Amino acid sequence: MSELIDFLIVSLVLVAIGIYGLVVKRNAIRMLFSIEIIANAANLVLVAFSRGLPNAQGQTFALFSIAIAAAEVAVGLGLIIVAYRLYKEIDVAEFRSMRG
Amino acid sequence: MADPIFIGISILTVGAAIISLEARELIYGAVALAISMLGIAGFFLLLDAPFVAMFQIAVYVGAVAVLVIFTVMLVRTQALFTTKEDKRRKGAGIALMLIIMASLGALLLTSGLNGQFGNFDAQSKVNFVQIGQLMVGYYAPALIILGLTLAGAVIAALSLARREDVEQQHERTD
Repeated sequence: MSELIDFLIVSLVLVAIGIYGLVVKRNAIRMLFSIEIIANAANLVLVAFSRGLPNAQGQTFALFSIAIAAAEVAVGLGLIIVAYRLYKEIDVAEFRSMRG
Repeated sequence: MADPIFIGISILTVGAAIISLEARELIYGAVALAISMLGIAGFFLLLDAPFVAMFQIAVYVGAVAVLVIFTVMLVRTQALFTTKEDKRRKGAGIALMLIIMASLGALLLTSGLNGQFGNFDAQSKVNFVQIGQLMVGYYAPALIILGLTLAGAVIAALSLARREDVEQQHERTD
């Protein structure tokens, strides 16, 4: 049977991968992927502690967090589409020039 | 110790997360991200949280992944293939990833959290009647604000994506 620490370690690995993606990648959609991976790792920790305590509030917070993440993805992808129309590019380094 | 199902799901989740960032074509990355979210839903099932797992599959695998795939199809493919990463930046990113894993992992292993909360068998499962009571009871204002936030975000995304078309129509009539 798996224990709390196993879930925490998987979550830690996911957070580290997400931070790596945020640091290295310059493609805006890939940076959004990284944010999603980090948010999922946070949800995993919430539910794991909710099971270990046990307390239903952790799962409630995880549900709220999933809904907020859906709103964030919608706005993020809208911004990416606008940036692509303005710059014909989704490389975040190109957005700094503020032309268009 | 961890059971084989857990090890399988964790390899699937972490592997798909790496592929989603490293796949050459962005569309494969989006599919890999959906698989990774499905793995997280599997973890929720292992943690006796079927309600959260169902929500995760409906929202992430159902809505977010499809939204991302449509955006990838809207953005022209040439812009997706330009990889301008330099090697030093990538090396620094991998070093940062390993430092975070090692330091926080050492902190977790020595924290004693596992001894305090780790034994899942000794604890009773969370009943999802409790979640429902919390959501419509104590957290009811948060639920309403969440609904308004979602509606606002969807309207904002629609207006962001639409504005350019209106400008183009103005240019045509001028």
